[in-house]
Amino acid sequence: MDLNTVWFILIAVLYIGFFILEGFDFGVGMLLPFLGRGETKEETDLKRRVILNTIGPFWDGNEVWLLTAGGATFAAFPLWYATMFSGFYLPFLFLLVALIMRGIAIEFRSKDENPKWRKLWDWSIFAGSLVSALLLGVAFANLARGVPIDANMNYVGGFWYLLNPYALLGGITTVAIFALHGAIFLSMKTTGDLRESAQRAAWRLWIPAVITLLLLLVATYMSTDFLTRLGINPGIIPITGIVAAFLCGYFVRRNRFGWAFGMTSITIAFSLTTLFLMLYPNVMISTIDPAYSLTIYNASSSPYTLRIMTIVALIFVPLILLYQGWTYWIFRKRIKAEPQSLTY
Amino acid sequence: MDPIILARLQFAIVTVYHFFFVPLTLGLSIIVALMETFYVRTGREVFKTMTKFWGKLFVINFAMGVVTGIVQEFQFGMNWADYSRFVGDIFGAPLAIEALMAFFLESVFLGVWIFGWKRLSKGMHAVAIWLVAIGSNFSALWILIANSFMQQPVGYAIENGRAVMTDFIALILNPKVWLMFPHTISAGLATAAFFVMGISAYHLLRKQNVEVFNRSFKIAAIIGAIAVVMIALNGHSQTQQLVDTQPMKLAAAEALWETEDPASLSILTIGDLSQTKEIFSIRIPNLLSFLLFNQFYGEVEGIYDLQAEYEQLYGSGNYIPPVAIVYWSFRVMVGVGILLLILGLYGLFLVMRDSVEASSTGLKLFILALFLPYLANSAGWMMTEIGRVPWIVFGLMKIEDGISPTVPGSMVLTSLVLFTLVYAALMVADIYLLKKYAKAGPPAADDDDKDSAPEGEISFVSTQD
Repeated sequence: MDLNTVWFILIAVLYIGFFILEGFDFGVGMLLPFLGRGETKEETDLKRRVILNTIGPFWDGNEVWLLTAGGATFAAFPLWYATMFSGFYLPFLFLLVALIMRGIAIEFRSKDENPKWRKLWDWSIFAGSLVSALLLGVAFANLARGVPIDANMNYVGGFWYLLNPYALLGGITTVAIFALHGAIFLSMKTTGDLRESAQRAAWRLWIPAVITLLLLLVATYMSTDFLTRLGINPGIIPITGIVAAFLCGYFVRRNRFGWAFGMTSITIAFSLTTLFLMLYPNVMISTIDPAYSLTIYNASSSPYTLRIMTIVALIFVPLILLYQGWTYWIFRKRIKAEPQSLTY
Repeated sequence: MDPIILARLQFAIVTVYHFFFVPLTLGLSIIVALMETFYVRTGREVFKTMTKFWGKLFVINFAMGVVTGIVQEFQFGMNWADYSRFVGDIFGAPLAIEALMAFFLESVFLGVWIFGWKRLSKGMHAVAIWLVAIGSNFSALWILIANSFMQQPVGYAIENGRAVMTDFIALILNPKVWLMFPHTISAGLATAAFFVMGISAYHLLRKQNVEVFNRSFKIAAIIGAIAVVMIALNGHSQTQQLVDTQPMKLAAAEALWETEDPASLSILTIGDLSQTKEIFSIRIPNLLSFLLFNQFYGEVEGIYDLQAEYEQLYGSGNYIPPVAIVYWSFRVMVGVGILLLILGLYGLFLVMRDSVEASSTGLKLFILALFLPYLANSAGWMMTEIGRVPWIVFGLMKIEDGISPTVPGSMVLTSLVLFTLVYAALMVADIYLLKKYAKAGPPAADDDDKDSAPEGEISFVSTQD
């Protein structure tokens, strides 16, 4: 296996890691106004604090997966980085604003008691999580579908091209799956009332998540070269992704939320793996002329840079997995609705 | 609208804004880590109170640095696609290493630190903040390695119209890096030291929490004094190095139009509006030569000669950066730097004479001085970056060749306006919070078992068992 392929896989892994990890904290953010509801204002606020404390120690570390994926793309495939980031200009702009508002909101919300202050940041967390998930889905669906790229590797489609029905379906599916993923996470991390409402939400969200996922699968057959690439029988990977989505419902029904979380993680991982399998060895497909497509060879860095980066990755990636995994172990306990014990 | 001007304006705004928060993160992480280390070593509650108080301000500031940092990474691809294509082979590597080595470390362990007061042993908890400090300062190293390549390209070859890395070690050992990195780290320490001294002075003037703020002032004064001396020495070597590497930046910073030997130092120069010649200048003879070469003679090339030289070397074009901005930002940086040097040593003097609390004039001075490092930090980067004009990578690529060819001005304008509005709003929220917590001081009693902060306020104690 050449280093170009190694880096293609590594970047895929980084995006998958990002979608699984930040996926649940996006989902938790989206659910904040719905599950964070009580009979009194105090109860509402307390619930919201509990909800935010479940992702408190994790969300920032999760987001670094995106930064690292971006940085790795820049380092290993600078031409891919340049074309994608300048081509998906407005979606990425709104993604940035959403990530900024959301990140600041999570940190700032608890630091003042004024209800207006909290309301503002609650809204920001909700909208920031929703918009981020939607836009990431739109961007990745466009990668699957292909975009107009000219002979100079420039995206020439304009903004509206990116908002095609297929990409929007990709965005909605991402939102639905992240919301489910988040509800399952909350079911694992909370107690009492909040836990029960999170469990109910997980069941209710499972249905749209599976429906949109199936629709996306059908649309993928029609809108992309999925059929020619992977065939009528798409193979074990996409099928596993779909099966996991169904099994997730089974586990949610039986209140086995650890298992359910595993299933949504598999669905996310295998759907993205499918996407990257469809692309390989391309990284961006040109709808103008296949010859203009960016590949892991014509968009890559020099062999020297790839070698250096491989050494760096071999040292740091295992280390990161170890210490980030350790934090999930440290903060594994459920968050109780006790005001004195909450950090946020 | 011209996308080049808009993209440059956006880069200037989001970068200067981002760098409001970064130096404080760099320096305060170390100061908080020291405080917590003292707590672990001595077990004295006062150090814990200090750690928590300054840690709270640190966290608020850190959040702003993190979220504005994401824009920095995306922006190269979004607005500067052709630049990214040209240097990606070299420039992408330090950014990716920064993420792998630094961003994960600081983000993950800050989460551990904020939420882990009850989960971890004292020692491990202190280790967490040290890892945040190491991560933050490592991130400065890697981004400066990337920036140094733009100032002084090394370890590369040009292949098929793209810069290709040929020597990774040379990239890291770029002399520019080892001038800029210590300068940035000491600027961060100075920013944090004056931040701590300023807020401590505010409370000491009011005789509130005297023990906490007296100790904080002491620690900060010692660090601050070391930092300002380092800044001055290092800034001096950095300017000397410009003679060989970026003489045009130096000439612009000194508004030196004609080559001189020995060269005079400008105290005040006013140019005409077109910024192509000087109208009026007060100069001290021989001093520039002395500062640059440690002797009272030595030729310093002027702007006109360098322009002529560059035209021969790189073809016709304007190679003169906006002289007035470079000249004045350099003067603001150096001027404020000298002020900080005096104040830093004065702070140390007060501490050594043990008369911090007694000197109310001194304390008032330090409240005002809190803002000075911010001015110097911004001016320093403006001088560094604007002094590189017209180059995006010195000698290799001009700014106008680096932008995204298919992104229209209207899109860049949208993003410029959006970021400006969002950033302005966040600045209001950030300053509001910092002021609120800085003025409030540490909570009266800080009991280990139950948090004394009123319900709803941020508490660093988590008892989630």
